[in-house]
Amino acid sequence: MIPSEPVITVRNMVKKFGDFIANDNLNFEVYKGEIFGFIGANGAGKTTAIRILCGLSSPTSGEMNVGGFDIYRQTEKIKQNIGYMSQKFSLYEDLTINENIRFYGGVYGMNIAERKLRTTEMLERLELTAYANRKIGDLPLGWKQKLAFSIAILHNPKIVFLDEPTGGVDPITRRQFWNLIYEAVEKGITVFVTTHYMDEAEYCDRVSIMAEGKIVALDTPEALKKQYNAANMDEVFLKIAR
Amino acid sequence: MRTLFYILQKEFTQVFRNKSMLPIIFVMPLVQMLILVFAATNELRQVDLAIVDYDHSTVSREMIAGIAGNPFFKVRENLANSQEAENLLMRNKIDLALIIPRHMDKDLTTTKSAQVQVLVDAINGNAAQLSLAYLSSVIGEYNRKVVISRIGGENNPIKTIIIKPTYWFNSQLNYKYYMAPGILVVLITVVGMLLGGMNLVREKELGTIEQINVTPIKKWQFIAGKLLPFLVIGLFDLAFGLLVARLAFAIPIRGSLPLLFGLASVYLVLVLSWGLFISTISDTQQQATFVSFFSLIVFIMMSGLFTPVESMPDWAQKLDFINPLYYFVKIMRSVLLKGSNFSDIFNEFAALSAFAVSIFGLAIFRYRKTS
Repeated sequence: MIPSEPVITVRNMVKKFGDFIANDNLNFEVYKGEIFGFIGANGAGKTTAIRILCGLSSPTSGEMNVGGFDIYRQTEKIKQNIGYMSQKFSLYEDLTINENIRFYGGVYGMNIAERKLRTTEMLERLELTAYANRKIGDLPLGWKQKLAFSIAILHNPKIVFLDEPTGGVDPITRRQFWNLIYEAVEKGITVFVTTHYMDEAEYCDRVSIMAEGKIVALDTPEALKKQYNAANMDEVFLKIAR
Repeated sequence: MRTLFYILQKEFTQVFRNKSMLPIIFVMPLVQMLILVFAATNELRQVDLAIVDYDHSTVSREMIAGIAGNPFFKVRENLANSQEAENLLMRNKIDLALIIPRHMDKDLTTTKSAQVQVLVDAINGNAAQLSLAYLSSVIGEYNRKVVISRIGGENNPIKTIIIKPTYWFNSQLNYKYYMAPGILVVLITVVGMLLGGMNLVREKELGTIEQINVTPIKKWQFIAGKLLPFLVIGLFDLAFGLLVARLAFAIPIRGSLPLLFGLASVYLVLVLSWGLFISTISDTQQQATFVSFFSLIVFIMMSGLFTPVESMPDWAQKLDFINPLYYFVKIMRSVLLKGSNFSDIFNEFAALSAFAVSIFGLAIFRYRKTS
């Protein structure tokens, strides 16, 4: 992937909770069309950073631009242009698949014809057409995760933020999930993903490794493996962490 | 506007899919109307009275007969002494004890006046005063007869002033007429203050609110989406409760129903907004329930629903200027019992509207998409 224009620019991002510094002066850019991974142990500050970029949390200081919009002054414009899937599963369990899609499609202002077309495509792709009128609460976790991702990108956002999207699902479902991510990239969506699975780090175009609120390494997986003389990302991570 | 439509579609679907909603909508009004209206009464039906007669004269026996003949009193006679009466009072067996001293008859003839003693269980001061007043009036009536007979019988022209009361708006002094409209207010207040707020906090607990907060949904749209379904439920419950009250107690509906429901809508927006405001500052349903309940109890006790506002201290009466229940209890009673029209209750309407708009604004302001 040849770096093109940045869709996310972060300069000197700081987030403090009282005395605790969750994000300590982060600087990075995410380019259009890439899969950008945020890797790190629990509590390294990944979720804090992703929440700030989505407008769910306000930074203590720093300059940030998401999708061409300023994070302080154009928050609502950013929201029209991003998708978000949190580690806490957040579709409505008491609504059916169709009802969830109708709601989210509706609030992003999709017109009905477009929504119906994309819903049909999506359910066929996920092989869930027969379950369209089932309540989300009745579905297995793996299906829910794939569905949550598909709904997060239904309105065709510029960027989708995924916060530990594959937590608690089996390896096969994780593989299928990553296939969905690649398909989204093919459609031109930039993917910002956090994970603590090192095999998933290999799937990213570039990864940024976080520890104690700081970015300690940022490059392609290949370059990082070369730099740390490691066979895989797992070794890279252990060497950095040590 | 289209966004609001999708939000409302989602909220209505969820609210009416919730299986616990149906009992709430139908059982709550039934229980409140059929049980509370009977229970919330200040009427004294029967007073237990013990009489100790030390005199055993014609006069004392006539007086006792007069009291015993009154259905208001359940009389225990033949007590040996006043000690026995005190014991009964102590053990909550009686409310009143009347002690007729020796020589009452003689005193009445020789000194032209006689005294009797009344012991009153005054734990409930209100009931104590009422039962004493009742007993006094029965004895007073007997007194009048004694006076008339001793002066020279019915032929002697004695001039007395007789009061002929006409009770307006509730001619039979039916306590249920007074309470039922007030209980209806409590009913829709509970619906308004708890249901909307709980619904919002639930989204916080489940985490679904995060997903809402990353969408371009506007704050007022989200709050309106949480408010409108319960406004509908509140109005429905008012209609249902009114129907129950009409059928069970035949409470009069003298004013205009469209006026009543219009005002109820304003009131519901107010209490719903208050519940939603509380839930924007709470993280769990427990917290929100606690704060809502606390304010609910303060509002109800101060509202004049059970105790007249006029007998509260001055500062408490002033506090009622910001008590939504105070206004709506007044509106309910006036419209239903007096048949008040819009101009009669314009002041209450204006106060409720001003509060409704500002609390709705406050709830929107306090709801944060960014923490």
